[in-house]
Amino acid sequence: MTTAPQRPAAAPASRGVVTPLRLTWLHLRFQFLETIRIPMAVIGNMLFPALAMAFFVVPQQEVAQNPLWATTAVAGLAMFAVCSASLFSFGLGVAEDRQLPFDPYVRSLPAGPAPRMAARIANSAIFAVLGLLPLIVVAWLFTAATVTVLQLLAGIGMVLVALVPFVLLGMAIGYSMPAKAALAVVQVVLFPLAFAGGLFLPPMMFPAWLDAISKVTPTRAARDLLDQALTGTTAYGGAWLVLLGWTVVFAALATWAYRRDEGRRFR
Amino acid sequence: MSAEPIMERVQSTRVTPGEVSGEVVAVRGVTRRFGDVVALDDVTLDVGPGELVGLLGPNGAGKSTLLSLINGQRKPDSGTVRLLGGDPRDAASRLGLGVTPQETGLPATLRVGEVVDFVAGHFPDPVPTGDLLEQFGLAEMARRQAGALSGGQKRRLAVALSLVGRPRVLLLDEPTTGLDVGARQALWEAVRGYHAGGGTVLLTSHYLEEVQALAQRVVVIDRGVVRADASLDVILRRVALRQVVLTCATDLSAWPGVVRTGTGAAATPGSDGGARQTLFTADADALVRALVRADVDFRDLEIRGASLEEAFAEMVEPGMPGEGAER
Repeated sequence: MTTAPQRPAAAPASRGVVTPLRLTWLHLRFQFLETIRIPMAVIGNMLFPALAMAFFVVPQQEVAQNPLWATTAVAGLAMFAVCSASLFSFGLGVAEDRQLPFDPYVRSLPAGPAPRMAARIANSAIFAVLGLLPLIVVAWLFTAATVTVLQLLAGIGMVLVALVPFVLLGMAIGYSMPAKAALAVVQVVLFPLAFAGGLFLPPMMFPAWLDAISKVTPTRAARDLLDQALTGTTAYGGAWLVLLGWTVVFAALATWAYRRDEGRRFR
Repeated sequence: MSAEPIMERVQSTRVTPGEVSGEVVAVRGVTRRFGDVVALDDVTLDVGPGELVGLLGPNGAGKSTLLSLINGQRKPDSGTVRLLGGDPRDAASRLGLGVTPQETGLPATLRVGEVVDFVAGHFPDPVPTGDLLEQFGLAEMARRQAGALSGGQKRRLAVALSLVGRPRVLLLDEPTTGLDVGARQALWEAVRGYHAGGGTVLLTSHYLEEVQALAQRVVVIDRGVVRADASLDVILRRVALRQVVLTCATDLSAWPGVVRTGTGAAATPGSDGGARQTLFTADADALVRALVRADVDFRDLEIRGASLEEAFAEMVEPGMPGEGAER
């Protein structure tokens, strides 16, 4: 090992900054690398929505062979897959990362919470879209679901917008508690949200009181907006407001939890 | 009297005493609690440009907590922490900061070169990855996953990472714990090289030896309180004690050169009336020679180095009755 003196930064003259955009790109690249270095996790995430489609929708012929119902079912499953992946893989991922000793180190690097969080959302988006590809193939081959290319693109765009609040909610949970607690809380949050949002049962079957509750959940707003993008069924008024409102609330919660977090280690 | 913390530290590196902007690290009246545990109690510590300060203390003394306040990971409950003139909680203040990750904390699936690239990407003018790995003898490991490195290689990578951004100040937390002698010497050389180039270093250690090898100024911290802040020589005189254990009928606690006696040692009479005594002294050879010359009747002589904890005891428990009061 040679020991040429490490020249410290010459003077305040060379004291530039790395732009937030470059920092986000940097964190995205390395989060992506870390994710794909464990290929089984990626494959599992990619297959889950397609398998759910194959087991729960394809065998029900009256749904699978009705173009509108089948497309709606695909929308619901896609949304559930995206919610689940966002909350588990990425939200919970925060809680797990936080237990690694590398995390306090990364926090000591000159980057605030924004680049890391933005990178996490982008990474989540990449794998969400990858996960939807097998689902789309199954739906195309085995059901009557039908969309135009424009509708498909609108749907993918909608998924990307709709996953943001769920990643943020996952992060708020992940930064607030240890991984084991986060796992339990994510499960407790995900299933009621998915059910009330009409991802399992179509909301047309809901009684009026449940429908009223449903319409203020982010899952319902996301589901109806995705349905609108794919089938042209008009979403209820206020769906955008609900989705964006929750996005703002969860972003604030995630930022608060991040700032308050000081790692699990004592000293 | 040993109770008084020594604070006669060298002022020469200061720009102007009391002028905050000149300090690289300025910790003022900082208290930090974890639940009921007071990890840091009203700690004040200034590090000026170009200083190499060793933060010495037993495990759990509050050293790492102090570093986590300086690197922005934690906030003090009260008091202020400034890093390079700014709040360490702001990312911009940390542009001139170099920190080592804990060796167990490297992302195992990333390649060595990738880890360096990732850290380097945070800084406007990083050391090129190839040069850095070359300098730390890790060039041929660049394509290996970080999890495949040996303990010594991980340590070297950790110190390399702290230098990649050409920092103005380096925080090193126990940089060579668990390393063999050769690897330790090599890392010490790297730290000295950085310091010779004008860098400021604050390093923690619970090894006196490590602080002795590197630091010019030593801050002793224990149970969250700064016990001493002085030049290396002054601290060495205080803590580099030898422990002389012997059985003797005469009470030797007031003998010249005995700094203090071991706790509860005076009252263990043996069968022949001799008492087992533990004497702490700066020079065990001189003490033993003096005892022999004075024809003191002792037996079962043992001499060993005092551990840091034992050496600190005199600073840690001030004014204990019956302890070496002649100082």
